[in-house]
Amino acid sequence: MFLRTTLLRRVVATAALSMALGSTQAFSADRELLNASYDIARELFAELNPQFVEHWQEEHGESVEVKQTHAGSSTQARAILQGLRADVVTFNQVTDVDVLAQKGQLIPDDWQSRLPNYSSPYYSTMAFLVRKDNPKDIHTWADLAGDDVALVFPNPKTSGNGRYTYLAAWAASNHDNGNDDAATRDYMKRMLANVEVFDTGGRGATTTFAERGIGDVLITFESEANNIRNQYGPDDYEVVVPPVDIMAEFPVTWVDKNTARNGTEDLAKGYLEYLYSPEAQRTLAQYYYRVNDDEISKEFAERFPQTTLLRVEDALGSWEDVMQTHFANGGELDQLQRR
Amino acid sequence: MKRIGDGTGTRLGLITLAVILTTLFLVIPLAGIFYQAFAEGLAPFWQNLTSNFTREAIGLTLLIALMTVPVNLIFGIFLAWLVTRFTFPGRRILQTLIDIPFAVSPVVAGLLYLLLYGRTGWLGSILSEQDVQLMFAWPGMVLVTIFVTCPFVARELIPLMQAQGSAEEEAGVTLGASGWMLFRRITLPNIRWALVYGVILTNARAIGEFGAVSVVSGSIRGETINLPLQVELLYQDYNTVGAFTSAALLAALAIVTLMIKALLEWHTHRREKTA
Repeated sequence: MFLRTTLLRRVVATAALSMALGSTQAFSADRELLNASYDIARELFAELNPQFVEHWQEEHGESVEVKQTHAGSSTQARAILQGLRADVVTFNQVTDVDVLAQKGQLIPDDWQSRLPNYSSPYYSTMAFLVRKDNPKDIHTWADLAGDDVALVFPNPKTSGNGRYTYLAAWAASNHDNGNDDAATRDYMKRMLANVEVFDTGGRGATTTFAERGIGDVLITFESEANNIRNQYGPDDYEVVVPPVDIMAEFPVTWVDKNTARNGTEDLAKGYLEYLYSPEAQRTLAQYYYRVNDDEISKEFAERFPQTTLLRVEDALGSWEDVMQTHFANGGELDQLQRR
Repeated sequence: MKRIGDGTGTRLGLITLAVILTTLFLVIPLAGIFYQAFAEGLAPFWQNLTSNFTREAIGLTLLIALMTVPVNLIFGIFLAWLVTRFTFPGRRILQTLIDIPFAVSPVVAGLLYLLLYGRTGWLGSILSEQDVQLMFAWPGMVLVTIFVTCPFVARELIPLMQAQGSAEEEAGVTLGASGWMLFRRITLPNIRWALVYGVILTNARAIGEFGAVSVVSGSIRGETINLPLQVELLYQDYNTVGAFTSAALLAALAIVTLMIKALLEWHTHRREKTA
């Protein structure tokens, strides 16, 4: 009896263990690629990755698997510094990739020149999501500083999304008044005073605006604004893209230290280069990201209103300076919010 | 003499209140989990349950529990034995130290491990030179779960072993029993049920642990996502049915665990009566 029960126990334990181990390696691809990405890109890469796997199989006759991890891109950058072995990063903040070069020496400083368009296979800009028929008549960044306009966007201190909103407002104002900093500060003060809720992240701001019904304008990436509109009711909201706006790059790069260790350098490069291919660009455009491929841009032209896009580096200086002057403690943002 | 609460009205009122509160705080939320999981019918539930990602989340959850429980079982026995059978300087401090994982927030525990064993951490930098990765992989998740659940077994054993005293063991020693024999023939039978109870609690917590695990997981889909993480991930993805399918699975595991616990309690109770 005693013998039988221990035997039984052993069998059960072995079976359970092998099941647990086995299922974590359910399908066996020849090689694996780990893509560390930002939070709201899950659906996008869930669609892009199988396309790439098929493409790689056709081109190289090798079966590969692309795994995903999603979190805020600053969180991801920190995780990679602390040892997350991501082969490629697809972020929504240039500064978060810079961190990998400066703090971790995981990639070279000139990573932005390794792939076309400053290593940004797609881009977006900031858009205004307004309620049906645009009751407050919002069309430009200047309109946001008007009386009786309630704004919702995430806190620029904690969210890349909010940072772009702040910088877009600043750059557009400078563009309109010919770099009159005093006038821009005055505008920014009024605009920031109109903020109803400063959520910590993009998803939180969305919930505040769409589910709790707070505010007249939600400011977020054009891609997000369109997806939110589709999600929460195309008839209840409108997306407005102002005539002058900021260029929001979505930087990608391979993490040299990790690809060298994992033996995936060619695969990682191939993956990122694939994002520039017409096939991937079409998928990206379907998710309301702007792309550089001429054919695809034409095909989706009616989705993307014409606007003058300013690059942060051209309009406001290097990201390092921008972070220091505007977002550091006691910087422009803090001073503007002091009432 | 009439005591407060003896009236039929008071008694009925209290019972009603207890029933209402239990329903509001326990029964309805629990039923809600299963309701949400099946909200769109059986097919979406089944589809979510059998998806690759869910299967791997289940696998990882089981793996973590299977590795955590034996480690903490041995560690717990060892610790309880040490604390209750020997006197040495620092014994009281040790007894307090056991409770630290309970006192510390799991997120803090996760961060501590990350700082220690991450690539730039004190121990992590040495390990990464040897190409050993603990954080952002399943070993790290096992490690923090072991930390978070390590007091359960010891906490169950210590009061019991203190109450039982060492008289039986001392008798064994005088009769010439070896250490191992002493443990197998005297200590183990005495603490058997407390041990099982500790294991059940350890197992339940290992399966359900979220905070510490989420810090060190790196949330790689299909690799370092266990069931609790999967619930949060799917919920943020607006996949409510998927999130609650995983939640229902966790709830079911918890219910089974509690049933085993109840069964054991009933069993011990009966044994004590007959004994």
